[in-house]
Amino acid sequence: MDWRPRPALATLHAVKISREEIRHVALLARLALDPAQEEAMATTLDAILTYMEKLAELDTSGVEPTAHIVALDAPRREDRVLNTPDTDALLANAPARDGDFFRVPKIIE
Amino acid sequence: MTALLHELSIAEAAARLRRGELSAVELTRAALARIAATEPSFHSFITVTEEAALAAARDADTHLRTGTAPSGLTGIPVAVKDVIATAGVRTTAGSRILDGFVPPYDATVTARLKAAGAVIVGKANCDEFAMGSSNENSAYGPARNPWDLGRVPGGSSGGSATAVAAGQALASLGTDTGGSIRLPASYCGVVGLKPTYGRVSRYGVIAYASSLDQVGPVARDVSDCALVLSVIAGYDARDSTSVDRPVPDCAAGLTAGARGLRVAIPREYFVEGMQPEVEHAVRAAVDTLSGLGAAAREVSLPHTEYAVGAYYIIATAEASSNLARYDGIRYGLRTTVDGGLLDMYRHTRAAGFGAEVKRRIMLGTYALSSGYYDAYYLKAQKVRTLIRRDFERVFADTDVIVTPVAPTTAFRLGEKVADPLQMYLSDIFTISVNLAGLPAISLPCGFDASGMPIGLQIVGPPFGEEVVLRAARAYEEATDWQRRRPPEPALCPPQPTGSRA
Repeated sequence: MDWRPRPALATLHAVKISREEIRHVALLARLALDPAQEEAMATTLDAILTYMEKLAELDTSGVEPTAHIVALDAPRREDRVLNTPDTDALLANAPARDGDFFRVPKIIE
Repeated sequence: MTALLHELSIAEAAARLRRGELSAVELTRAALARIAATEPSFHSFITVTEEAALAAARDADTHLRTGTAPSGLTGIPVAVKDVIATAGVRTTAGSRILDGFVPPYDATVTARLKAAGAVIVGKANCDEFAMGSSNENSAYGPARNPWDLGRVPGGSSGGSATAVAAGQALASLGTDTGGSIRLPASYCGVVGLKPTYGRVSRYGVIAYASSLDQVGPVARDVSDCALVLSVIAGYDARDSTSVDRPVPDCAAGLTAGARGLRVAIPREYFVEGMQPEVEHAVRAAVDTLSGLGAAAREVSLPHTEYAVGAYYIIATAEASSNLARYDGIRYGLRTTVDGGLLDMYRHTRAAGFGAEVKRRIMLGTYALSSGYYDAYYLKAQKVRTLIRRDFERVFADTDVIVTPVAPTTAFRLGEKVADPLQMYLSDIFTISVNLAGLPAISLPCGFDASGMPIGLQIVGPPFGEEVVLRAARAYEEATDWQRRRPPEPALCPPQPTGSRA
């Protein structure tokens, strides 16, 4: 195993991710990308995903997925208020505020 | 009394504080003066908290005078990575999107440091949202390696390592998702510990990849690292992944030595293309441990080569979900645009996130998107099971696993920026440990021909911090690498990128 990626790796495979896919994923991720950024993103993501195809070499049939190392048993606690709500403290970091509310752009056209 | 104050270990400084030969205010002033003089070179901090530090130092002095010091950290200047919330002190996560964010509360680890009497001198520089291996992804400009200012300090907890290596703080907190404490500790010649997943609370720690993130200490030697761990570790009901089990007295076990320790060396961690000096130094360290009475043998962790691929699917998928909260509404940056809410989200996130964060959000969103989930995310989680089982098999009859921290010493600034995949592979020896949730330490085990530090990684079984620290301390006691200090910087070389904010 050589830890360095082979130099040809990034160029061997034609870009499989289309510009449409990049635009779709960018919309899901709520990121505005200009055409040059879309192009660059397609190239780098393709190189990285090509490297990740290595995982397909492994037969994982019958292997349980590991989501977390510790068993999460949704710990419970008494239903009691522990904090002191402080509207000003919570709104202090808001980019736009209107009285006791966060101000947001128009939602409904 | 010959050592300069900024070169003291915590144990040495605490002894002087207790004896009244030194006050916490004096020690804090020395750290702040050191920061002021050397920041133009190292850029370890995004924010320096001078006034709060001096106030904490005065409180510490009161406790020290009256014999009510709450811990061995009382009056000790420490740095906290800027992904960890500090009430009333700007916390940026190295990102423009959180530039003016001031948390209304302390992270549990911050609260524990304060309760222990530690003096927080500032918020340490880091890769944006802890995503990076070189600290070059910080929106505030990279920290520099104190051993060679032309080289990276490692990431993502770069500033946490440089602050300790350069004598700006006696210890620091970092976070480690794929090697982010151990890699910079290795590159900067200091000691860094990633605790077992669940050992330290993440309440108030800005999330990157929640099934992997863990907070841990960076210090100048193993004993200091154990002391900081003892302060921050332990169950916290406010973190649902926090594990409710007692924290052992790691300091007490430190002196047990290496005799009888069963040490395993995985052959997959000595690979083609690694720097020969790194391999030699690590093999020599194994010989040292054997000479101290440990029994070393070679083992196999056969799924090692799949770890980087599995990690960058799991971590980016979790990141894409965690970073959805930066929407320009409740905190952080908002970009004003003519369109409606959706356009505000898209343009705010485009302006606030850096290139690597966007890349990881895109990668993670892609891996989780309809039609790709099974091929990427589910597959990666199954590979994670195989990697975990590799370690379980070895730990059935092994106390610690010893490996290099990275295949090379610190690389040059800019060297890997254009090639994200090459950058990801810097973490090839640290990532498996996060996937398996294990404790691991990085400590110095030599220097290469250019004078750059080499790191030794010692990995333990789940909740085996005690045996990891014991093996590390035995090795450290038999060598003196941790005593070496980086050269003093020339005054004020120009900062090519970024700016103090």
